[in-house]
Amino acid sequence: MEQAILGGLQGLINGFLHLEWRSVVMIIVGFALLYLGIKKDCEPLLLVPIGFGCVLTNIPLADLMGDEGFLRTIYNMGVANELFPLLIFIGIGAMTDFGPVLSNPSTFLLGAAGQFGIFLTLILALALGFPQLDAVSIGIIGACDGPTAIYVTSKYAPHLLGAVSVAAYSYMSLVPVIQPPIMRLLTTEKERNTIMPAMIGSVSKTTKLLFPLVITVLGGLIAPKGLPLLGTIMLGNLMRESGVVSRLTKASENEIANVVTLFLGLSIGATMAGDAFLRPQTLIILCLGLLAICLDTACGVCFGKIMRVMSGGKINPLIGAAGISAFPMAARVAQKEGQKYNKKSYLLMHAMGANAGGQIGSVIAAAVMLSVLAGMGIIR
Amino acid sequence: MDNFTFGVTMMICGMGGTILTLWILSLVMRLLGKVFPEKKGGK
Repeated sequence: MEQAILGGLQGLINGFLHLEWRSVVMIIVGFALLYLGIKKDCEPLLLVPIGFGCVLTNIPLADLMGDEGFLRTIYNMGVANELFPLLIFIGIGAMTDFGPVLSNPSTFLLGAAGQFGIFLTLILALALGFPQLDAVSIGIIGACDGPTAIYVTSKYAPHLLGAVSVAAYSYMSLVPVIQPPIMRLLTTEKERNTIMPAMIGSVSKTTKLLFPLVITVLGGLIAPKGLPLLGTIMLGNLMRESGVVSRLTKASENEIANVVTLFLGLSIGATMAGDAFLRPQTLIILCLGLLAICLDTACGVCFGKIMRVMSGGKINPLIGAAGISAFPMAARVAQKEGQKYNKKSYLLMHAMGANAGGQIGSVIAAAVMLSVLAGMGIIR
Repeated sequence: MDNFTFGVTMMICGMGGTILTLWILSLVMRLLGKVFPEKKGGK
């Protein structure tokens, strides 16, 4: 009898007895992510489930990421097989209006310049001794695109998934803090004052309908390994522009995206177990991720300056910073910075074009990267 | 493959491929915009 009672009491304190310092630190990290999401409004849709998943997975003996654990079931259901990021992409495609970039297709190039950070960071990660596929996953933080980063990392460096995802989403939400100092540093007052003419060109419905088909076929032929990424975002966009499947479009951008976001966030948080996350390399990955986004911004602004010269001074290089995938946050930053220096400057629609170009650019960059890796025989 | 070769290849083929792909897409979309212009008085 006494033995049974003692055994029963032992069962109630076993959790405390097995609590390691790593678990305690990671639970605090989970709380910090929850704080950022709830109190600071930093990507709450992702950081709240990630933070909670992090707390759940670090409570000892619950074994939620064990073979039978519910977090493992969710992880296997959609992260291990890369399904969740692709479902999110259908929603993103359904939500995004690519009209601004289609009315001025040259802004696609700003979207390309905004991807330089991916490749420069990849080289830096290699120089710091990361294995090649780990370096690819770290570089992809520079895509400024959470689902793309998760897709690539879950496939080729799943052990880095927690660090890469947290870096990608945290820095995306910090774009309004990270970008402005770089934009000011790289531009002169005269450049920042440039007033761009209003966008007058509009895009026909046929062009908007053909856009997702052209990107899918052409992009898929150039970079077939990235077709899942390209195909899903373009499917969502085709549904949006066709206007004939509004139920599917609404489901993609609401119900499906919401459910998948919850599962995706929980699964990512679940990968943040203390022994896997609390390593010096996590800190290095977070630093490299920040650097990647700084480099994206710098290269985008520099390309904007080149376009300014080529256009005879008609382009405000601040819109170059919007050539990343953080949509529409980066466009708003460009608009806000432009108005700081010239109240008559309305850069928003131009910046939205660059931003939409950045969204396509990040997916194309990932797709090209995967196809180059396949071409080199590094992945199958 | 050594890291130097890998890094340089990724930079040239990866970044070059990205720019080239987006440039081709911009040309195609410009062409489509001209072939299918927005009709005046359209929404």
